Amino acid sequence: MKTQGKVIKYGNNVDTDVIIPARYLNTSNPAELASHCMEDLDASFVGRVEKGDIMVGGRNFGCGSSREHAPIAIKYSGISCIIAETFARIFYRNAINTGLPIIECPEASADISEGDRLEIDFDTGIINNLTRNVTYQGVPFPEFMQELIAADGLIGYLRKQAGR
Amino acid sequence: MTNQFSSGKGMTMTQKILAAHAGLDRVEAGQLIKARLDMVLGNDITTPVAVKEFRKIGVNQVFDKNKIAIVPDHFTPNKDIKSAEQVKFIKEFAREMGIVNYFEIGQMGVEHALLPEKGLVVPGDVVIGADSHTCTYGALGAFSTGIGSTDMAAGMATGEAWFKVPEAIRFELRGKPGKWVSGKDVILHIIGMIGVDGALYKSMEFTGDGLKNLSMDDRFSMANMAIEAGAKNGIFEVDEQTLVYVREHSRKPHEVFTADTDAVYSGEYVINLEDIKPTVAFPPLPDKARTIDKVGNIKIDQVIIGSCTNGRMEDMRMAAQILKGRKVHPDVRCIIIPATQKIWQQSMHEGLFDIFIDAGAAVSTPTCGPCLGGHMGILAKGERAVATTNRNFIGRMGHPESEVYLASPAIAAASAVAGRIASPEEL
Repeated sequence: MKTQGKVIKYGNNVDTDVIIPARYLNTSNPAELASHCMEDLDASFVGRVEKGDIMVGGRNFGCGSSREHAPIAIKYSGISCIIAETFARIFYRNAINTGLPIIECPEASADISEGDRLEIDFDTGIINNLTRNVTYQGVPFPEFMQELIAADGLIGYLRKQAGR
Repeated sequence: MTNQFSSGKGMTMTQKILAAHAGLDRVEAGQLIKARLDMVLGNDITTPVAVKEFRKIGVNQVFDKNKIAIVPDHFTPNKDIKSAEQVKFIKEFAREMGIVNYFEIGQMGVEHALLPEKGLVVPGDVVIGADSHTCTYGALGAFSTGIGSTDMAAGMATGEAWFKVPEAIRFELRGKPGKWVSGKDVILHIIGMIGVDGALYKSMEFTGDGLKNLSMDDRFSMANMAIEAGAKNGIFEVDEQTLVYVREHSRKPHEVFTADTDAVYSGEYVINLEDIKPTVAFPPLPDKARTIDKVGNIKIDQVIIGSCTNGRMEDMRMAAQILKGRKVHPDVRCIIIPATQKIWQQSMHEGLFDIFIDAGAAVSTPTCGPCLGGHMGILAKGERAVATTNRNFIGRMGHPESEVYLASPAIAAASAVAGRIASPEEL
């Protein structure tokens, strides 16, 4: 599976409070959450994000709260994948569990600029920077996580295991 | 820090607990395992999503109605209609499933203060909670970690969760903390030293002869903030204090796990507790730590004393010790939130509320409220708060241009009086 899109780039330690502020957590409606995504860090995000765009962060992306509303808000805003140097562990789990593709790739995180166009191959973890004609190799998922992703997250995996 | 790996093949405390719960003799860092769960926790923000996911799995009952805890504490007592709908939704689920540990207003408390107090977590347990500060129970020698709503749903259905076995960083605590220095200062110092991702994906294991000089409340504060260093869990070696606490609070059977002497660590630190000064974390990250003597003149508008980090009995007593006979600065709102009903009642019996109210502080019913910018103390643009809470991210307590400074109850109470960030020594 592949995706293509333009980059929206942020720095280190993008926390779950800026991804979706707690004042909006009195709902779990994905569209409502997406309408406030990144609001406290980048008020222009919701207006400029286009379907398929790729979010790029630095170290410790998604640190903070366990709120699954964070990957949900990003996914429903149209982002097709997040690339970061490292992810905070609860966010990493939540992204996989909710079917939001993420790739750890320090080289790509450092080199990619806002507005670059990327093509990502999820099966190989290869990130192609079409704007600058550079290729980066992301960290591939362990086999068990690939199974989770193939089943569209943890719930799909459990259903499949139970034969439902 | 020493970067050398130990030569042995032993296991850390965390690895031993995980191995036992996976039915394995031994596990190694990096190994993916499936572990049996002793407790699955959720709150009013994360449980609604978990319930929706649970329904998709296709089971019609939870794995064990005694091993799930649902605590509506974040936006409660319900702050608006949408919050009320969320709580109603999870309460109906709890009743339908026969979940024993659903805590209604009047019974509830801030979840991570409540569960140990109710004896629901004991040494050797494996606990997952759809709240990042679930790592608090490491103070009891349990493996506990934050997960999201989908993991909570799967945990409620199957009684199991998958984990990647973590490596550990060992913190050997030595000596005795000085006056006005609490567990909060120790953990802020450590996070300042290793950074907000300094323990990413790892365990923080606390040991050493200094443990005996840290109370259970100190240890809960420290384990609570392991997540602020990116850790998977923080865990304390079990000692006599832990066992006394467990005997007082729980009838659940427990098991004490100790690290092997040849356990492998990815890093080791020695922390001399007497060297630690009262510490404040500046916005917008918990690792922006400065000792109190290097804070400068920072005027404040609000003080919050409470939360899963510092809303326990010793925290209330410390706040009272400082506020007794003094007045909160006229420009400051000081809001004190005992974390559970039991702590509330004990504070009342000890006369602490008279001290707080005479000083001009407000006392609230238990809630997470202001810590996450939910309600009960939201900041306006440009306002600053000193809070005994755990996060100071952009917009955490309100307006994106407000600021949160994290500190101990002693510093927070002294700051409330001074109207600026201050040490009790300055009063």
